[in-house]
Amino acid sequence: MGKKTVAETIKEVTRRHLEENGGILLGQCISAVGWVNGTVPDTKGIIEFPMSDVAGAGIAVGAAMVGKRPIFVVRFQDFLILNGSPLLNYAAKCKELHGRSAPVFIRALASEGLGPVHSGVLHSVFMHFPGLRVCSPMTPGEYEQAWRVFMKYDDPMYVSEHRDSFNNTVEMADIVYDQADITLFVVSSPRFAVDEAARLLGKEGITCNIVHILWLKPFEITEKYLEPLRISELGLVIDSSFEICGASRSIAYELSDVSGYPVKALGLEDHTKCLCEPYQNKAPDANRIYDNVMDILKQKQMVKHGFTERIKYA
Amino acid sequence: MRSPDYNVPVDIVKEFDVELSLTLFEKMCLVRYFELGLIDAINRKEVVYPVYLSSSQEAVAAALSLEIRNYMVFAQHRAHDIYLAFGGSPEMLRDELLGLPSGTSQGKAGSNCLQYHEGGLTMFGHHGLIGENVPQGVGAALASGKETVCIFGDGAAEEDYVLAAMGFAVKHKLPVYFVCMDNDLSILTRTNVRRSWKITDVVKALGMRAVDVADDPWAVLHYTKDLTSDLPALMNCRVCRGYWHVGVGTDGPTQWDRYSMTTEQLIRLGQREAVNRIEKQVQKSMKELWERKPLLKPLKK
Repeated sequence: MGKKTVAETIKEVTRRHLEENGGILLGQCISAVGWVNGTVPDTKGIIEFPMSDVAGAGIAVGAAMVGKRPIFVVRFQDFLILNGSPLLNYAAKCKELHGRSAPVFIRALASEGLGPVHSGVLHSVFMHFPGLRVCSPMTPGEYEQAWRVFMKYDDPMYVSEHRDSFNNTVEMADIVYDQADITLFVVSSPRFAVDEAARLLGKEGITCNIVHILWLKPFEITEKYLEPLRISELGLVIDSSFEICGASRSIAYELSDVSGYPVKALGLEDHTKCLCEPYQNKAPDANRIYDNVMDILKQKQMVKHGFTERIKYA
Repeated sequence: MRSPDYNVPVDIVKEFDVELSLTLFEKMCLVRYFELGLIDAINRKEVVYPVYLSSSQEAVAAALSLEIRNYMVFAQHRAHDIYLAFGGSPEMLRDELLGLPSGTSQGKAGSNCLQYHEGGLTMFGHHGLIGENVPQGVGAALASGKETVCIFGDGAAEEDYVLAAMGFAVKHKLPVYFVCMDNDLSILTRTNVRRSWKITDVVKALGMRAVDVADDPWAVLHYTKDLTSDLPALMNCRVCRGYWHVGVGTDGPTQWDRYSMTTEQLIRLGQREAVNRIEKQVQKSMKELWERKPLLKPLKK
């Protein structure tokens, strides 16, 4: 038997919780159409919600308030625009306000290319509010780690999953060179594109450090991030959510602020993710990362040589 | 439809023994005199944060606390009455309203977010989105199997997630008692301006038993005893709001005065002396409560 995929890992983590911890899993359309991409086991403790998004989220929070540690499955992150209020206004706040927590494990699934209401990535929105842990596991080991942290602490956790990761079996190690031109800090699905981008850039003689980011909040700035940044003296944070007010800019700011080196951000453009190809506004792929890095380096060269005209991004 | 005797069975008071009726009255006094002390403290500018007063609707909470005292409580934003009647510490409530670390949530939450988890009472704090406590209570009942009461207002009854959560409770036969404190007001907008349906009709359609009744405390006891024998169920209680939605202002006399009516009923039962004694005792203790200096000073960051 080969290595487990991310989907199989989620299924196994869930099975353990439901069968061994007496846990529950709540959500809409769980036991139909492939059991949420094969991530949900057919076992006890699964409760189908009616198509009542806000009520469903409130029920999940209520279960968490009495210590059940529910898994709340949201099949498309866009739906959290509707059902986010109990999570943000109650679960996130109650520990700080009342000293009592509501640890709900929010499985928020993202996709790509499914149009304007099924392709969203909302982890940036949930990072904005105090009281939630936010992570984006893309490997089996990372998913196991996210679950261990959830069970160890008593905070609600937003787990920004991505369907592009579900068949992945590979753990992704950071790549740090003795000398590098830029460090690419990568979040969510662009992690599957960053190796190709680095290869394309390598052809141009550009060496890229690659640092994978699992925990978005709290985002603890450790040597994992600072050491490669000191080597390259330039960074780029790449994410699958909107760039404006998003995770990429927030993390870039923090890294730049602490290290003193310029760190740029690359996320989705400020446009709706549409259905058809030219307007899909997809997560940064290898070519877009390549173009962005080339622009940044060009800008850096211009600054170094005394040019004052700034590169204007398209 | 709104009247002080709406659906109140004739001579219902005779179903209950006098001791229980006096206990009920004592709880009503507690809410009333706590809030009178609070109003004085606001006028003296000792309490400077927003308050949501329960006076005039305290009979319902007093009655509920006698019949379902062991239920988990998911209360609404206007919950001084529920908190006090179910056994929450008056000192901790006072300190919460003063913003002190000795408050129910260390002074961080305030009047509309009351919680209490001591002395056998499990009461969860509200966070201001009306009706949010209903799905939460349903979820808590689902997860724990414990009997639960969700208390909300006629405005909250219009929230889509409230209705959906009730439907879920019916589907899963959850032990949840839904109580709507129907004061016919959302801030100042009357119910008939906002909707053309009754919550009791809606929940009956969902498959739940329901009663619509004025806030006579003995009627509330009577129907609660019956409805909680087969949960989930809903009681819509017609109450009056004595003060503004928030703050201590008033818009004149309420449509009826349940506190006075309850007092008069007890006097008709020959309990004048007991009523006077209880009222004076509670009045004195609440006066002392508001005169006592809190032990702790405000939090500093």
